[in-house]
Amino acid sequence: MTPRSVRVQLFATCLVDQFFPAAGHAAVEVLERCGVEVLVPPDQTCCGQPAFNGGFADQAATMARATIDVLSRTDDPVVVPSGSCADMIVNHYPELFAGDATYGPKAKALAARTYEFTQFLVDVLGVELPASPSGPTLAYHASCHGLRGLGLREQPRRLLRAVAGARCADLPDAETCCGFGGLFAVKMGPLSGAMLDSKLDAIARSGADVVVATDVSCLMHIGGGLHRRASRVRTRHIAEVLADPAHD
Amino acid sequence: MTESAAAFHRRIDTALADAALRQALTLTTGRLSGGRTAAFGALADAEACRDDARRARADAVSRLDSHLDQFARAASARGAAVHWAETAGDARRIITDIALEQGVRLAVKSKSMATEEVELNEALQHAGVRVVETDLGEFVVQLGGDRPSHIITPIIHRSRQYVAALFTEKLGAAPEDVADIPAMTALARRVLRAEFLQAGMGISGVNIAVAETGSLCIVTNEGNGRLTTSLPRVHVALLGLERIVPTAADLAAVLTVLARSATGQASPVYTNVITGPRRRNGAPGGLEADEPDGPEQLHIVILDNGRSRLIGTPLEEILHCVRCGACLNVCPVYRLIGGHAYGGVYPGPVGSVVMPGLHGVEGWSELAHASSLCGACRDVCPVKIDLPGLLLAVRREAAAKQLAPFWIRAAMPAYAAVASRPRLYRWAGRAAALLARAVQRGGWIRRLPGPLGAWTASRDFPVPASRSFVEAHQARKEAAR
Repeated sequence: MTPRSVRVQLFATCLVDQFFPAAGHAAVEVLERCGVEVLVPPDQTCCGQPAFNGGFADQAATMARATIDVLSRTDDPVVVPSGSCADMIVNHYPELFAGDATYGPKAKALAARTYEFTQFLVDVLGVELPASPSGPTLAYHASCHGLRGLGLREQPRRLLRAVAGARCADLPDAETCCGFGGLFAVKMGPLSGAMLDSKLDAIARSGADVVVATDVSCLMHIGGGLHRRASRVRTRHIAEVLADPAHD
Repeated sequence: MTESAAAFHRRIDTALADAALRQALTLTTGRLSGGRTAAFGALADAEACRDDARRARADAVSRLDSHLDQFARAASARGAAVHWAETAGDARRIITDIALEQGVRLAVKSKSMATEEVELNEALQHAGVRVVETDLGEFVVQLGGDRPSHIITPIIHRSRQYVAALFTEKLGAAPEDVADIPAMTALARRVLRAEFLQAGMGISGVNIAVAETGSLCIVTNEGNGRLTTSLPRVHVALLGLERIVPTAADLAAVLTVLARSATGQASPVYTNVITGPRRRNGAPGGLEADEPDGPEQLHIVILDNGRSRLIGTPLEEILHCVRCGACLNVCPVYRLIGGHAYGGVYPGPVGSVVMPGLHGVEGWSELAHASSLCGACRDVCPVKIDLPGLLLAVRREAAAKQLAPFWIRAAMPAYAAVASRPRLYRWAGRAAALLARAVQRGGWIRRLPGPLGAWTASRDFPVPASRSFVEAHQARKEAAR
């Protein structure tokens, strides 16, 4: 990893901020190791996706405007350790403010310099990570919005192959939704729970020790299911795996 | 929750508890979507094919009025009678009147979701016309007093054993006639052949109509569509008014993706293009020449039933749909609950937009919430409809009409107010973490109160961090300074 003069703003997302700070610290650590200076705007909150997906466009816009303001104080690229929240900023902010003379252009400018974490590492920095000689077996779950909204197919897998090599297990139906879907998990609880069951069965079949994803939202859901089943399988955000691949 | 939403939730619970249904759905949706993947993989440029089909459909829908006028003129010039049905009731009345005027006692039908939509069979039977479904799946549905649960494979929810028992009971089938699927198919064919020969009317849907020629394209795999539209004296085709393309070249673009998306076939077994009934025009050639074959009469009933209302609304794009069913086959929700749970004629992602679109969000918006917005449907749509975007549009309309549950309507503005005020947000986060710590066990919460209990019914909930990432990060930076 060679030092570079790159500076980014980390938009941690509300779930990392409130529930999974370790993923945020790991993202900072990996980026800094790659020679990137990381700013963490202290007044960041939530991108507004829960309201947006619920059909509450006005409330979503309120949170989106706040987020746009927070992330527009500098022109530095924005890195998001979540495919879903990055997708919200990249694809849905411009749509949300399509007719807005003030926030429309701001939303477009922000969208153009926002990257999901692994996308930034691979597509922008082109980092090559060293292999870790030992560590747990990993199963990669492809989170939906990153996969289908941002085309995040190869980047996370390439990074995981680099650090874990043959310890990357094959997760059946890795690109099938885990059933989280934000409010969906509560509003359609039994349905969401049944989707989760299929995912947990696939994880069990994979034989992996750790489930890895680009989004803590899916991992919160999968992890809650694993814990309920008293499974020995653990969940880790991809930034945590890249920061410390040997961690068991 | 509204009564229609509560009923939907009950149907979901029933479906989730049905292990046989789950098994049948997993098997067939897996086979169909696997076939689709292989069929598109074999195309040199699958994306370009989807783009072509999308363009053809978007062209048609963007100028629907003029294309429909052109279609009606061209079809009339070639001897078809064109009728306009604004409502389902109009369609039922028009078709029933034709049957009674023509003295029809028996009508055979090829598969058509539009006729399901307008509940045509019931109307005809009420008027004394016997109706026989001739698509094998629909034949089974009709015999069993069932309803289709998929727009392409209507008995996806049924097993071979079910059909064998049904044929034995209703048709008096001998054991060797229900020994395997080919034997059952042969039995159905014998029964249906006799009906075809006696029917005075054939009723079909239309996959795609062509504006420039007034043609109807009907695709089937069993050949029953061809018999239905050519053998009886009168053919009635029910056409959803959006199911049209401008030119024959556009039809080719749609056909390139239609069967591949539906079943994984490069082309359906039977692709019929019907341009007018039997006629003598005395013209030397082309579409104006004599047509010695086909029915004596062709009636085309163009059905609106709420479709034209969608033009210019956020749901307009759903009118591009070619009803291939690919979005059902990949939908993780449809794959779990099947079509009946959705409660309408059109299930799955497409149905969750079509039903509220045609019949209003009041009774149907809950369908659009039965999606994690995973986007698998958008990825396979042959005409690239942004289905998650349309589901969101339905949700927006429902939220604007105050149809969301009370707790969500109350929570959303509160959440937005907190999340747009960073200091309040930090304070609320700390309060929530303190509260959660009081009820947690080993870092997890096993039971949440109120509506959130739906989460903990099937999984544990994590305890918020005692210190948020942003605060912890700031502390780290200050310590390092």
